[in-house]
Amino acid sequence: MSDSPAPVSEKNTDQPASLVSGVTYSVFQYAGLLGVLALLVLIFSLRSEHFLSQQTLVTVANNIPDLLVISVGMTLVLIIGGIDLSVGSLLALSSAMLGVCMVDWGWSLWSAVPVCLGIGAVCGMLNGVISVKAGIPSFIVTLGMLEMARGGAYLITDSQTKYIGSSIEWIGVPLKGFVFSPAFLLALVIVAAGQYLLTRTVFGRYCVAIGTNAEAVRMSGIRTAPCSVAVFTISGLLCGLAGVMQTSRLSSADPNAAVGLELSAIAACVIGGTSLMGGRGSVINTFFGVLIIAVLQTGLAQIGATDPSKRVITGAVIIIAVLLDAARQRWKRRG
Amino acid sequence: MTGDTRSLLFEARGVCKDYVVRVLDEARLELRPGEIHALLGANGAGKSTLCKIIAGLTPATAGHMLLNGVSYAPADKRFAESRGVQIVQQELNLIPTLSVAENLLLGRYPQRWGVINRRRLHEQARVALDRFGLNEIKTDQSADSLGVGQQQMLEIAAALDRKCELLILDEPTAALSAGETERLFARLNELRARGVGIIYISHRLDEIARIADRLTVLRDGKYVSTHEVSEFQPIERVVDLMTGEVQAVQHALQEHTNHTTEKTMLRVEGMTGGPVRDVRFSVKAGERYGIAGLVGAGRTELLRLIFGADRAERGELFLRGEATSRRFAHPQEAVQAGLAMVTEDRKQNGLLLSQSIRVNTTLASLDLLTGIAGLIDRRREVALVEGKRRRLQIHARDIEQSVGTLSGGNQQKVAVAKWLLQDADLFLFDEPTRGIDVAARRNIHQLFDQLAANGKALVIVSSDLEELFETCDRIGVMSAGRLVAEYTRENWSYDAIMQDCFSGYSQQAKETVSGSNL
Repeated sequence: MSDSPAPVSEKNTDQPASLVSGVTYSVFQYAGLLGVLALLVLIFSLRSEHFLSQQTLVTVANNIPDLLVISVGMTLVLIIGGIDLSVGSLLALSSAMLGVCMVDWGWSLWSAVPVCLGIGAVCGMLNGVISVKAGIPSFIVTLGMLEMARGGAYLITDSQTKYIGSSIEWIGVPLKGFVFSPAFLLALVIVAAGQYLLTRTVFGRYCVAIGTNAEAVRMSGIRTAPCSVAVFTISGLLCGLAGVMQTSRLSSADPNAAVGLELSAIAACVIGGTSLMGGRGSVINTFFGVLIIAVLQTGLAQIGATDPSKRVITGAVIIIAVLLDAARQRWKRRG
Repeated sequence: MTGDTRSLLFEARGVCKDYVVRVLDEARLELRPGEIHALLGANGAGKSTLCKIIAGLTPATAGHMLLNGVSYAPADKRFAESRGVQIVQQELNLIPTLSVAENLLLGRYPQRWGVINRRRLHEQARVALDRFGLNEIKTDQSADSLGVGQQQMLEIAAALDRKCELLILDEPTAALSAGETERLFARLNELRARGVGIIYISHRLDEIARIADRLTVLRDGKYVSTHEVSEFQPIERVVDLMTGEVQAVQHALQEHTNHTTEKTMLRVEGMTGGPVRDVRFSVKAGERYGIAGLVGAGRTELLRLIFGADRAERGELFLRGEATSRRFAHPQEAVQAGLAMVTEDRKQNGLLLSQSIRVNTTLASLDLLTGIAGLIDRRREVALVEGKRRRLQIHARDIEQSVGTLSGGNQQKVAVAKWLLQDADLFLFDEPTRGIDVAARRNIHQLFDQLAANGKALVIVSSDLEELFETCDRIGVMSAGRLVAEYTRENWSYDAIMQDCFSGYSQQAKETVSGSNL
């Protein structure tokens, strides 16, 4: 036992070396998804001369902010081993609340937004508290919330779309002389913050640990409940934010909005390599997952694919991405 | 030795296995019919890999094997089983939600058109259990209602109920109580008489001296030598072959130093909950307090009650001579009060297997590594983990290696490292060296000594009495949920403690430990 492996420990006390290996590691980690993204861009550029243009970039960037922020929340939820099916409905409920505040009650945007975010956060917290405290799988609890929130959105709007108009549109429109909208830039900030939260903070570390083995975390003297509830609350809060983004894009609050968005968000996470079993995931990779879905949608539309064939292709891409990720995991475990 | 020494039941020559590195290099093994052949070596020596190859769980990279003189290269476990090669692995492989009978006959249910004949299923299972003396297990109870020891016995019974010419047992007694071990040995003797060849892996040398005919030693994936067990008097001399002579000398020189101080660290009064009944004991700073007992005596449960992992019905804890009592409702409170618990089942509730050594080591003490806003100081984290890794001699590529890929001994060191970082005062160890190799075991025992010398209090639960004798200053004996006796180094003896282990079952002996005849 006296032969403690000297070369290894030497390498690790050497900071620059481990930083370099860290960089190569993350490049390797993102390489697969970037490759898929590049491949898609290449294919669509060859098939359509309009694809490689600023217009496409603007379209993609302005379509994804709501899906992006919701997927960030979903990534965290999946990492702790949960799932949140209520995100689409929570988006609609928050958006409906925003519409009611601004249209029916004549509130300003800045007083309506906190209400919109608050309602998302409260519903998310309810998801968390019920599933954690009562030990009910989050699949069931959020399925119930999916129905309740959708119903709530119809109730408070009388099933009417509330037209808001220019007072909210600016959020989703590209800034003057710039391709990106405030919504997209904010979504990027959320992605960065999410990744930072996950990889650099105690909270993020606990999330990964809980998703890996909650009992081991408990036996390490850590309370898992507050952490799990916080994750669901964050997911709800981000639904509220996505509600604002979507409302600005549509210029109106639509209680029918975002039906099935939870599936797109889960697909984005899964394409990004997040495990549905918990314990593994990355917000940056989810971002790439969202981009892949968006590029695919936009590109297919440009080459004139019909809606049914778009769905077939999107579905196939999801499965292929997951197969690739599974192969990569196996390879990594061996290597 | 019975049986013709010329005709071998099984022979393996030049068997190699490469994963990333070569883990098995020209390994050899020969087995006569009606022989119990012990396979020895430190963890990582390649014992388990060789057994997996023989059982068809993984293919060999090179080499060839003969079974009954015929070339044998199992493609999978099913093929191996069809040739009468059965393996019982160290990890339990039962399906917890299925019944005992359904587990026992898994894959060969009596059926017609896919419909299971339940009556015959339970009849067949009953026969298999009774043949093994497992009368107390009902065929319709679910597998997870069994204790770990019973589950292990069930797995062995299931293997023996199939066509079995060559049986591989990997640490079969690690989870068994003394009584269950006796039962297993009686059965193995019958199999030997019937001509079955048995490959037996165990870290318990006294068992090998008792039960095995010959032994083969592997070291670093290479074949060392094969001997008659009787060549080693005492059996501990075989350790020289396994780990090199330096350590054997160290072991011989190892002396026990009592570091016990006057200061009481923990006093437990009337602790009751689950199977635990009215336990009281106390541990002083610098003291190593062992808890002996049969499997199911309530030792793990006692530690869990103290640590706040389970809710106690009654009972009080007094820490560091405090006048007011406490009871922990959550492990978090225990950890804040300076307790640490290294759990028995590392995979279930001790470690995050898919996460790195670094993440596992710092899990319980991230608050020491955080500045503002809960940010983790990576640089300090790496430095701290590297420090612990060197101190505990955790063998790994680097601290980013996932814990699930480490050997059992190194996994256990990571589990311990987690609490060393916490700087706890009172350590609860549950089966700290179960299933880990001799060298890692010595590391852990040296660590116990260091902790005690630094004024920590240790409570050590172990089914291995030798271990308690080696490491502890006092031993308490639990039987049927109660602490029935306490011994010091001056007055303990193997016989007395074994007697106490069984004493609590005197009234209910028929149901719980029937068949144990020590």
